[in-house]
Amino acid sequence: MSLELNALSILSANDTALFQPLTLHVPAGEVVTVMGPSGVGKSTLLDAIGGHLVHGFHMTGTVRLNGRDVTGLPAEARRIGLMFQDALLFPHLSVGDNLAFGLPASLRGRAARHAAVEDALSQAGLAGLYERDPATLSGGQRARAALMRTLLAEPEALLLDEPFSKLDSGRRDDMRRFTFAHVATRAIPTLMVTHDADDAAAAGGPVVALREVIAQ
Amino acid sequence: MNQNGRLLRAVVLGVVGLGLIAPIVIGLWQTGRAAFGVLPALGRNLASLEPWHELFGLPGFATSLHLTLATGLGSTLLSLVLATGFCAAVHARINTSSGARMLTPFLAIPHAAMAVGLAFVLAPSGWIARMVAPFAGWDRPPDFSTINDGWGLALTLGLMVKEVPFLLLVILSALSQIPVARHMAAGRALGYGRGIVWIKIIMPQVWPLIRLPVWVVLAYALSVVDMAIILGPSTPPTLAVAVTRWFTDPDPTMILPASAGAILQAVLVGLAVALLMTAETGGKRLGRWWLRRGGRGLSAEPGLWAASAAVMALMAAGVLAMASLAVWSLAWRWSFPQILPESWSLKPWTAAQGGWMRALTNTLLLAGATVGLSLALAIAWLEGEDRANRTRAPWAEALIYLPLLIPQIGFLYGLNVGFLQIGLSGGIWAVIWAQVLFVFPYVMIALSDPWRALDPRMIRAAAALGAGPGRRLWAIKLPVLIRPILTAAAIGVAVSVAQYLPTLFMGAGRVATLTTEAVTLSSGSDRRVTGVYATLQAGLPFAAYLAAFMIPMILHRNRRALSGASAT
Repeated sequence: MSLELNALSILSANDTALFQPLTLHVPAGEVVTVMGPSGVGKSTLLDAIGGHLVHGFHMTGTVRLNGRDVTGLPAEARRIGLMFQDALLFPHLSVGDNLAFGLPASLRGRAARHAAVEDALSQAGLAGLYERDPATLSGGQRARAALMRTLLAEPEALLLDEPFSKLDSGRRDDMRRFTFAHVATRAIPTLMVTHDADDAAAAGGPVVALREVIAQ
Repeated sequence: MNQNGRLLRAVVLGVVGLGLIAPIVIGLWQTGRAAFGVLPALGRNLASLEPWHELFGLPGFATSLHLTLATGLGSTLLSLVLATGFCAAVHARINTSSGARMLTPFLAIPHAAMAVGLAFVLAPSGWIARMVAPFAGWDRPPDFSTINDGWGLALTLGLMVKEVPFLLLVILSALSQIPVARHMAAGRALGYGRGIVWIKIIMPQVWPLIRLPVWVVLAYALSVVDMAIILGPSTPPTLAVAVTRWFTDPDPTMILPASAGAILQAVLVGLAVALLMTAETGGKRLGRWWLRRGGRGLSAEPGLWAASAAVMALMAAGVLAMASLAVWSLAWRWSFPQILPESWSLKPWTAAQGGWMRALTNTLLLAGATVGLSLALAIAWLEGEDRANRTRAPWAEALIYLPLLIPQIGFLYGLNVGFLQIGLSGGIWAVIWAQVLFVFPYVMIALSDPWRALDPRMIRAAAALGAGPGRRLWAIKLPVLIRPILTAAAIGVAVSVAQYLPTLFMGAGRVATLTTEAVTLSSGSDRRVTGVYATLQAGLPFAAYLAAFMIPMILHRNRRALSGASAT
């Protein structure tokens, strides 16, 4: 598996580019970190790759996933997982049903689906919390549940948007280890944007700087 | 890639254009034609200014015009001043969401029901006179007119009892978007008193956020009919009531001056809004001059406390009015100076059962249909914006407010002519269509902010998990937004139940609702039966609000973020 960006550039409404065109190859299981000054459009870059660009922005260049061009596909058809600094568990569903929301429909049968969720919960140290209200979990538990929800959808690539910045410093190390271990065992190509140099060091992969377009 | 979203948006635009905007345009056009003498049904095909001459010559016309301006402008300006003063005095002491909850009964009750209640309270034989009686030595109702007074004071008071709570809600929600406490601290540290900081710093930030609702209040106050029939003067009445009477006059040629009056009513609202805009520009210039002089001024606190006291008095009158509806509907023997009835009875309810059951059924049917349609259209509109990843264009925002700014009397007659041409007049469908014109804007306005406040990243997370637009809507957005959706529905129910003119005009008098019956009965002598209808009329929206509060609490009882138990 691999994620490839080819001369990807994002233009705002008045046709100015946010950053210099980006070409990038993320091999399976590797975490590439993108750093850059705030406001340069790091989150917008992830929006473009994931298919979530808002009206007013448009992109040039291509996004290829395992050799298929996903540039024109809607977000739900790309199979690119997305994690934010907030867990964003759906507040109306139980913890287990949040994970079940991510499970592909191809996995059939109530028992099998339930077992898959229970298995993921115990991998994340959340065994027995299927019926819990997500609002009652701790910050670390929520982050782990969100990661398992994303992984259960079997993404072919993963985008991390400042994923650890809202955790307190003790939990942050745990969550980094937990996240990167899962990325490595599942061999998912991963792109992370962050402000935090420690995140990049923990990821262990290459670091790419997103450069502003210098006004002529 | 956005085929689905484009189709949805095209459908929404079509429905809004043909269903909501076209009727208003056609209504204004048909009314306008009649105002200039063209009325083919009466064999008049030549344009002329005759209807206008006739209008200006009608007995009481000048007084009507004067009354409309005095009650409409007066009640709006006074309400605005009082609501602002009250917020300035108490804002730091109240919690916005609990404040809003306290205002709910005042917002839910239809104008007509409040008017009936106030009439019960203010009348010479009403509660206030009964309270004063022992001290004044009255053993029979005093002989002066406290309601339907020639100056329109009772009407102004009635409008204020309804408008002040609405403006309070609007100002409170605007204040929640401004860092009031920090600006207040900064201003006071510079030596300005609380009241002066409020006028010089806070209000200039609040005004742009409440400008449109104030226009809506102004337009409503200038053209209200049901409340003006119940509380306002009758010979002559305000312009809107006079025009309604002329339209329903047995002599069909009266339609011509009535149409001119209807157009004049619309022009009047336009001029009043223009006046407000001019005052805003002037006020800005004057305010800047005043601000730059840097005067710390005298403390404005006594003024603020006077405004607060006045607001509390209005609310007390409102509470008494609501209570009096229920008390009168259950009263049997109640002679004059007694504060409470000497004997109680359910007879008013049982005797009129056939009548109120039919009116209640019609009212429920209309509320269900109009709220269902409005909610479906509002959700389709908002979902269309989401799918296109677009924000709303200013012209679309203006479109939503249009039906609330044009007086109903200005286009309802013409719309009825249009409905007659397509064979829709006089039935329940015509009434539903006409009511949706006014229910939809309120539902749309109530739902828009919470819908947009939903974290877009949550929806992106759902998409990244493979959920298509349909699943995102049904499995995430609608369940998460159940509380604001039900609140919007409750507001819709309140608006639908309160509609008087659309029901009267489009139903051709054949569709009796709680509101039309209450207005008709209010001029009669049996307060008990009037009380029955007005109690039901007030109770229905209140029940809807209660349901909107309870249902999410039960549905999401195990979900802390949604049950409403916490103040998030």
